[in-house]
Amino acid sequence: MTATQDRPAAEIGRDRRRKEDQRLITGRTRWTDNITLPGMLHLAMVRSPFAHADITSIDVSEAEAAPNVVAVLTGKDFGEELGVCINAWPITPDQKTPTHSPMPADRVAFAGEVVAVVVARSAAEARDAAELVDVDYAERPAVLGIKNALEDSILAHPDLGTNKSALWVFDSAEAGTGGDVEAAIEQARTDGILIEREYRQQRLIPAFMEPRSVVVDPTGEQITMWTATQVPHIVRFALAATTGVPESKIRVIAPDVGGGFGGKLQTTPEEWITWAVARRLGKPAKYTETRSESLMAGHHGRDQVQTLTLAADRDGNVTGFKVHLDADLGAYVALVGGGVPVLGAFMFNAIYKFPSYRFECQTVLTNSTWTDAYRGAGRPEATYAVERMMDELAAEVGVDPLEIRERNWITHEEFPFTTVAGLEYDSGNYEAATARAREVFGYDALRAEQRERRERGDRVQLGIGVSTFTEMCGLAPSRVLGSLDYGAGGWEHASVRMTPLGKVEVVTGTSAHGQGHETAFSQIVADLLGVPFEDVEVLHGDTQVAPKGLDTYGSRSLVVGGEALVRAADKVVEKAKVLAAHLLEASADDLEYAGGRFTVRGTDQGLAIQELATATFAGHNYPDGMELSLDADATYDPVNFNYPHGTHLCAMEVDTETGAVRMRKYTCCDDIGVIINPLIVAGQVHGGLVQGIAQALWEEAVHDESGTLVSGSFVDYLLPTSADTISFDVVHTDQPSVCTTNTLGTKGVGEAGTIASTPAVVNAVVDAVRHLGVDDIQMPCTPERVWRAIHAHDGDAPTPEAAMPHFDEGAPNQDEGAGQ
Amino acid sequence: MIPVKFDYLAPSSVEEALAALGEHGDDAKIIAGGQSLLPVLRMRLNAPEVLIDLGGIDSLRGVRDDGDALVIGAMTTHHDVRDDPLVKEHALLLSKAAAEVADAQIRHRGTFGGALAHADPAGDLGAPALALGARFVIAGPGGTRTVEAADFFVDLFETAIGEDEILTEVRVPKHTGWGAHYEKFVRVAHQWPIVAVAATVRGSIDEARIGLTNMGSTPLRATATEAALAGASATEDGVRDAAALAAEGTAPPTDLNGAADYRQHLARVLTGRAVLKAAGA
Repeated sequence: MTATQDRPAAEIGRDRRRKEDQRLITGRTRWTDNITLPGMLHLAMVRSPFAHADITSIDVSEAEAAPNVVAVLTGKDFGEELGVCINAWPITPDQKTPTHSPMPADRVAFAGEVVAVVVARSAAEARDAAELVDVDYAERPAVLGIKNALEDSILAHPDLGTNKSALWVFDSAEAGTGGDVEAAIEQARTDGILIEREYRQQRLIPAFMEPRSVVVDPTGEQITMWTATQVPHIVRFALAATTGVPESKIRVIAPDVGGGFGGKLQTTPEEWITWAVARRLGKPAKYTETRSESLMAGHHGRDQVQTLTLAADRDGNVTGFKVHLDADLGAYVALVGGGVPVLGAFMFNAIYKFPSYRFECQTVLTNSTWTDAYRGAGRPEATYAVERMMDELAAEVGVDPLEIRERNWITHEEFPFTTVAGLEYDSGNYEAATARAREVFGYDALRAEQRERRERGDRVQLGIGVSTFTEMCGLAPSRVLGSLDYGAGGWEHASVRMTPLGKVEVVTGTSAHGQGHETAFSQIVADLLGVPFEDVEVLHGDTQVAPKGLDTYGSRSLVVGGEALVRAADKVVEKAKVLAAHLLEASADDLEYAGGRFTVRGTDQGLAIQELATATFAGHNYPDGMELSLDADATYDPVNFNYPHGTHLCAMEVDTETGAVRMRKYTCCDDIGVIINPLIVAGQVHGGLVQGIAQALWEEAVHDESGTLVSGSFVDYLLPTSADTISFDVVHTDQPSVCTTNTLGTKGVGEAGTIASTPAVVNAVVDAVRHLGVDDIQMPCTPERVWRAIHAHDGDAPTPEAAMPHFDEGAPNQDEGAGQ
Repeated sequence: MIPVKFDYLAPSSVEEALAALGEHGDDAKIIAGGQSLLPVLRMRLNAPEVLIDLGGIDSLRGVRDDGDALVIGAMTTHHDVRDDPLVKEHALLLSKAAAEVADAQIRHRGTFGGALAHADPAGDLGAPALALGARFVIAGPGGTRTVEAADFFVDLFETAIGEDEILTEVRVPKHTGWGAHYEKFVRVAHQWPIVAVAATVRGSIDEARIGLTNMGSTPLRATATEAALAGASATEDGVRDAAALAAEGTAPPTDLNGAADYRQHLARVLTGRAVLKAAGA
């Protein structure tokens, strides 16, 4: 029995505006780059223009002589105190993991790697002097693109002897969670349907709004690092583990952080270099990257080739799914690195009852920017693959894509359901979400319009795309992470502190960077403790204030951190009850607790929890044996992931003359369990949808064959703005499928929109032109790609090589760094 | 994103600006609205020692009627060009194109003359200026001279403006009563055009003038299409054959947004659409 169930919820479910927004939006707050310390020095990085080269010499004399330059340091100037950038998730015991020095002394492995740092009294002087550092390189051949890397003819790291880092395999027959996929494929080859496709997950850039910034102050007893990170606790752990400074001497603060999307789930060379420089010089030091540096050297996301085989019977009942991924790690195995595609391993079967399943992931090293988590991390890739394949299956069988899904999905009576990947989905109702989405979308009317346009041969064709996604989120049960060789747990910590005058300080180990934790957590605590929303202060992102925690990523803050918070608040109530019974001279058994107030059953006598807080502060009257504090901590390790799901429907118009696409309508019905703040959820869904739509239509990081990032500014890396999107219909089911493994019944929503929307959009674009002979268009679906796909089968195709079997040598607009 | 250090001069007259330019020569760069120059400086792609800001020269701002031509001051913002009643009446094509420049913030800072002098082939104003037969008034140490649009655009980011000269105003022959449309093809709203077509027509169709954006190293006229359109009817069938000639003589770039052959295809399709919309069809 918990406090929430004892009283009507006043705050939970209310669409409170976010209390943190004024300071975040105006910028009058503590962004890392706003922090200025006495005597602080400024850093500028010298970066390699070459993707692969030996550093033969570095002449720093001219830079050292520049005005107000304090020091110019290269990799050779540092010893072990520089530390290394770690990979926390070696996915196999024999994974090939190149040493990742924050500033290599001998050889660079991607364009943008730091080779020297200039320290000056102002940022401008540091930047000016950085241009005077004279580095001699001996260029080596660079390997770019997954298929090139697999050939092992040019090596990203010659001493490793191969570009292949690790091969991770899950097989349902071996795991005992399902049948033999090869048998299913053989069967389908003889009397069923076999769909084989190769899909490309292009490389993306997280492109958070606030560039990364770090300030290190080495002058106190604890060395303090302020950093624009999602993961202050992990940064502290890794600093201690790699630089030899004891954890107790390190304080890491993530002040207000302007977005991350996984891009700040990292321990970065720039953090480590700033740390080492500040310690070396004994003075505070700051480094803030430029946008160009952020795009070039901050980790990228996605970048996979997916080779997929779906087996089904003639009615479209899937009998097996075989997945082979080749995933580009870039030049180094990043913090979570190869774990990102492996996270997808459990999601390719999605909401379906596939009887057999095999997943293989081959990670490869290339001389490109390193890759790691990007919003959804593994699950968008899986969802894209399976939802695209289900549309292909529907086309093959000749039925509506919603019908093919219904034939294969887990019905609501079947929960809890153990999947072919071995996860137990606790709750869900795919029928209800689909019915609601279908109704709001106006599915039948849009299908009718589509038919009419086809018959008329209209220049503008209409397509409808479906994505019935689910995901695993709430990272993560610690034992499961242990079984996957991840280097940490997945628990979360919270404290609730009652102040003398009856206010509440909540400390969470999660680390918000735009999510709205301060608002949502205040709402939860206000309900649990019966205090006004305004009286709750949420503290986070500072290892001195919140000493324990595992930070924010993987849609975990509410479902894991929120549960820790509920448990801490419950403990406060239990402690307060003892004092209340004493002061009210009643038996604890005769007390009722509601609305933050203990009352003696059958009387009008009572005490509010704030009064008990004051009484605890005074300490004048309390029972023998009671510890004089109401404050409580709780650590919560989740017992399962949770599994939000939803049905997303997208209508796209395609101008067949130009290939231009235009979104006509987008409806999503997400079932995310109990909603704490509908406004925050709507914001997460809207932003998530746009990020996923952007993968489908706009964003792509492209390196040229020499390893230079061609899309190195926002002129070429196309981020959408509000002008490029439409108003989405964001709805939920009337009866949510409540999560059964946490008290509040919540499921994660931070990544849902991104995971779901990409295949919905591409399915819609393909659906619009499928009757013209198109069954795939590579992402992003640029007008040129759409146009070439449409005309690939013309008698007079615009260019013969435009026939668009993907990844062909010289295919137009092909990401040269990836597909060949 | 910190530019190399530079000196800043803010002359209050064209004469002062020319004097400053004469003094600093190659080391100086003129700044108008700064919407192209500042990113270049901040990315350190250029590092002039002196910036000469024309923002304080009031005489360079505004639109006036001068008989058979409009005179648009070089420092008139895109926003003001778009909304100017004289421009709408006599050079509607410029108003339509100015409305499509980047986003609202940039349109309030960026200037007509600055954009034309920058001569980015993907800029939105070169093609309409060329189509309308604009004449560029350039002030230099020896006085002013006037350059025809066809001679003004020399190459990528290169115009007829000399190193010691300043573009002061643009004279646009009146095209009163002509229909106009600027058809811009982009993937996201704030992007430079992949291809754009500026079309203005008299009657439907007695005469057509068509400029192409980003189809070569300078803005181009679709002269073959213009010739074929004279006397054509403003219907899809009527313009189709003429529009098919729009890519003749073009040499568009190949980049992440499209290969050259795709851009030529787009130019043909968009020309047809622009002409029909300009003709009110």
